[in-house]
Amino acid sequence: MSARLSSNQIAWRAAQDIADGAYVNLGIGLPEKVAQYQPPGREAIFHTENGILNFGEPPPKGEEDWDLINAGKRAVTLKPGAAFFHHADSFAMVRGGHLDVAILGAYEVAENGDLANWSTGPKGVPAVGGAMDLVHGAKRVAVITDHVTKDGKPKLLKRCTLPLTGVGCVTRIYTSLAVIDVAGGRFVLREKLASLSLDELQAQTGAPLAIEGGVADLVVPEL
Amino acid sequence: MDKRVASLADAVSTIEDGMTVMIGGFGGAGAPIELIHALIDRYRATGHPGGLTVINNNAGNGHVGLAALIEAGMVRKLVCSFPRSADPVVFTELYLGGKIELELVPQGTLAERIRAGGAGIPAFYTPTSFGTDLAKGKPVAEFDGRSYVQERWLKADVALVKAETADTHGNLTFRAAARNFNPLMCMAAAETVVQARRVVEAGAIDPETVVTPGIFVQKVLEVPDPAQEEDLNLAHARYPLGG
Repeated sequence: MSARLSSNQIAWRAAQDIADGAYVNLGIGLPEKVAQYQPPGREAIFHTENGILNFGEPPPKGEEDWDLINAGKRAVTLKPGAAFFHHADSFAMVRGGHLDVAILGAYEVAENGDLANWSTGPKGVPAVGGAMDLVHGAKRVAVITDHVTKDGKPKLLKRCTLPLTGVGCVTRIYTSLAVIDVAGGRFVLREKLASLSLDELQAQTGAPLAIEGGVADLVVPEL
Repeated sequence: MDKRVASLADAVSTIEDGMTVMIGGFGGAGAPIELIHALIDRYRATGHPGGLTVINNNAGNGHVGLAALIEAGMVRKLVCSFPRSADPVVFTELYLGGKIELELVPQGTLAERIRAGGAGIPAFYTPTSFGTDLAKGKPVAEFDGRSYVQERWLKADVALVKAETADTHGNLTFRAAARNFNPLMCMAAAETVVQARRVVEAGAIDPETVVTPGIFVQKVLEVPDPAQEEDLNLAHARYPLGG
């Protein structure tokens, strides 16, 4: 049983839930891929912490403007209707509840919605950036992640073991195997790969998966 | 009124040992490389100023700008949100060797602490970091059923800022995402020193487009063709430039 979604496919699935006109912040790394898979006819407005609304694709190599970067310090371009603002306004958008969706990566997510995604422990140089702010304020805080770690251990747990980014903040998780909501202190399974049995999925999940209504097949195009 | 100073050396002349210095920029965007290098020049010539506390979002990249300031041994403590970069070797080695202090602050909290410092608000409550290691030791209060962490203002003796256009009264505009922390830091420092690509006469900036009003700015210097950290690092440049 090795069927799993690629990171592009996880990003594609997350993109399907973003409404036309939504204001969205995508975390650095895997979440950035979500921008590539907006359904036709929908236009989300992407926010970056360092002070841009409605940025677009990276410019061609050699045409970078290094005053025009995203939070990952990568060069971006502007789309019509873009705006610049300073950091206090940027985080007013975040904390003030003005963003519709924030999509973040995760080391661990707990069934109570706790998220750990900034520190793997006391070794090395700690860095947090905007993650602790982003998990508070956005109307929906979603996580996209592989279902298990590189060593095959569950990332969805009863309680996080790593330092927390925020408590009770995650509302939906898109993984390489399933789509899971966090509701009422438990994981509620919404979609799973058809080739995977419920028992097989549960075996790779560190907390019980509840079922409310039905479980749909997680169907994603080849990407 | 004319806030122009004659040289980079004059611009950074009031920074003394042990002071707290805010430095604008997010990565290389909005980073006042020439002002930082002028401060290092002074340290190399006189041994001062040292023991600085520096407030910036990052911890420098490569061997120019903030990284060079840290590499010169002038920084005792760094207050920042993300001390990692493509080439963070300078800060990383000092930090892991226990030779520099780090106060790690979530990015939005850092921005708001600086804004509060400039606005005369000694403390505020934010949901950010509640229940995490970064809230340890801080007062917590509940408002309308939700828990918040008390954070204190941040102020500085001097802010080093990069603007696009300044007028002689210190009114500023910024360029693209080089704005970032710069307008906040202008408000939060006793003395704000600005390098601008262009310095114009009062009246030459449309008041409707002023981002930072001149009341927050004390010194202005034209640096017509400022270095950009990313370009310097792509060229593997090191402080001193051209040296």
